[in-house]
Amino acid sequence: MDATPIIEVIDLVKQYPGRTALDRLNFVVGRGEVVGFLGPNGAGKSTTMRILSGFLPATRGTARVAGFDVFHEAEEVRRRIGYMPENNPLHLDMRVREYLRFRARLKGLGGRRRRQRVDAVLQQCGLTEVQNRIIGQLSKGYRQRVGLADALVHEPDLIILDEPTIGLDPHQIRAVRALIKELGQKHTVFLSTHILSEVEMTCSRVIIIHQGRILAADTTQNLERDLALDGQVVAEMAASVDAVVEAFRDFPELEALDVAVVDDDFVRVSFTPRNGADLRTPIYEQVVQQGWQLRELTRSRHSLEDIFIHLTKNRKEEG
Amino acid sequence: MMVFLALVRRELGGVFKSWVGYVVMAVVIWQVGWSLLDLISRLSGTSVVVPLPQLFYQSLYFWMTLLTTAPLITMRSFASERASGTYEALMTTPVGDVQVVLAKFAGALAFYLLTWMPLVAVLAVLRQVAHEPAFLDPYTTSGAFLGIFLIGSLYLSMGCLASALTRSQMVAAILSFMGGLGLWGISLGSAGDRPAIGRWGPLLDHVSVVRQMTDFAAGVIDSRHVVFLVGGVVFFLFLTTRVVESRRWK
Repeated sequence: MDATPIIEVIDLVKQYPGRTALDRLNFVVGRGEVVGFLGPNGAGKSTTMRILSGFLPATRGTARVAGFDVFHEAEEVRRRIGYMPENNPLHLDMRVREYLRFRARLKGLGGRRRRQRVDAVLQQCGLTEVQNRIIGQLSKGYRQRVGLADALVHEPDLIILDEPTIGLDPHQIRAVRALIKELGQKHTVFLSTHILSEVEMTCSRVIIIHQGRILAADTTQNLERDLALDGQVVAEMAASVDAVVEAFRDFPELEALDVAVVDDDFVRVSFTPRNGADLRTPIYEQVVQQGWQLRELTRSRHSLEDIFIHLTKNRKEEG
Repeated sequence: MMVFLALVRRELGGVFKSWVGYVVMAVVIWQVGWSLLDLISRLSGTSVVVPLPQLFYQSLYFWMTLLTTAPLITMRSFASERASGTYEALMTTPVGDVQVVLAKFAGALAFYLLTWMPLVAVLAVLRQVAHEPAFLDPYTTSGAFLGIFLIGSLYLSMGCLASALTRSQMVAAILSFMGGLGLWGISLGSAGDRPAIGRWGPLLDHVSVVRQMTDFAAGVIDSRHVVFLVGGVVFFLFLTTRVVESRRWK
């Protein structure tokens, strides 16, 4: 297997009049990875993807795809990528098969190979049944699949998907995610999203970007572990406030405790651990030992918002 | 070549799958029809010694048709793709900018030529009615069609440039209409078939599309006209390519 990274971004800067969209971005994506590019709207995700696909130039810095410079060797780069732009623009007046054949031609596929590849992606993306329908009459979920099929048709080394599940209903999101996961088994996929759970479900690694800068780049497990720093545990138990405070007074690894009365019998307790420790088991044991009833015990999961607040807070402190 | 043909086919397909194509065809058929009626009424009056195509192109109908249809045909080219976002999908395939511009132009030109097909029928009818083959000899007819082709190409290339400049089809159509009207207006300054007078007279004579069309319709193929028109097409397509490329400098 070729050892050159599929994406190599070095000190990438993109400036628009009066605004810096990307501020010295550096990252590498290896072959065979499925990498999520995570960030809020306006973080610079689409700009990065447009530069990688050769659509926009960078102001400074270098970006290479499969070793080819995206600006100076744009045509070589475009041959090697399957790119689905944001909002998945399609020719709505064309039929599914006709559109894929057209796109395959643009990507240089001729004759029998074109037919084979169009048939293959129609099947792979579950479009065989709608292949003769007009794209404009399809549901958004199907249109998204047409976009994915287009990105795949020329068997690119790298698939770049800009917000592939945006605007879909939950059922369609699941279908598209399953498809992306399947793609990840054979292809290198670089996808952008602002939904954390999407990254958890589909990606092996995540790059978090905020205001044009990379805040973190790691595997999802490592990030979760690192970010579980203040992973709170919430428990509801039948006890008085005083009894709870007393029982957990000298509890190991416990940083802080917050108790609130929920109803006549139960209190809701938030435990903040020290150094990311998982407090669920010791809490359970303590409750059992006290002979209290326990009706909920949850370790709060981090939302994207938490991660951003955490990462941006750290950045401010460092600055 | 495969890519080029695929793009041209897409352009033509796009025209026929939208209302624009049918409206343009209707406009052309309507104007050609009116011009036929006008011609017959003129012929039934005094006797005329000029060839029929020449008479036809001295009327306003040809210019009305060209001025209104060229912007409608080309306004879609780039503007609609930019507005819908398919432009980004197109420009991230391994297709060169020049190829895209040439294909968009060729698609527009192919449709434009198609819209003029009813004229062939009109000429055939005239030939039947006139009972005089000399009125419609192959030289004047082919000259007239060469004029339609070359002057049309110039107007369409101007339209392509206008469409590349904006993402609004409406703005593209207006820009292209104004450009076309300007060129035609300058031509009127040269007074059509009479030599222009004054300091700028000779220059106006050279750039006058009305004068050029009159010559073509008379079966006179002046190489200066051909060079001017082909040069104009190359110039506007070159500018269009630069505009398309300009996103790479921004």
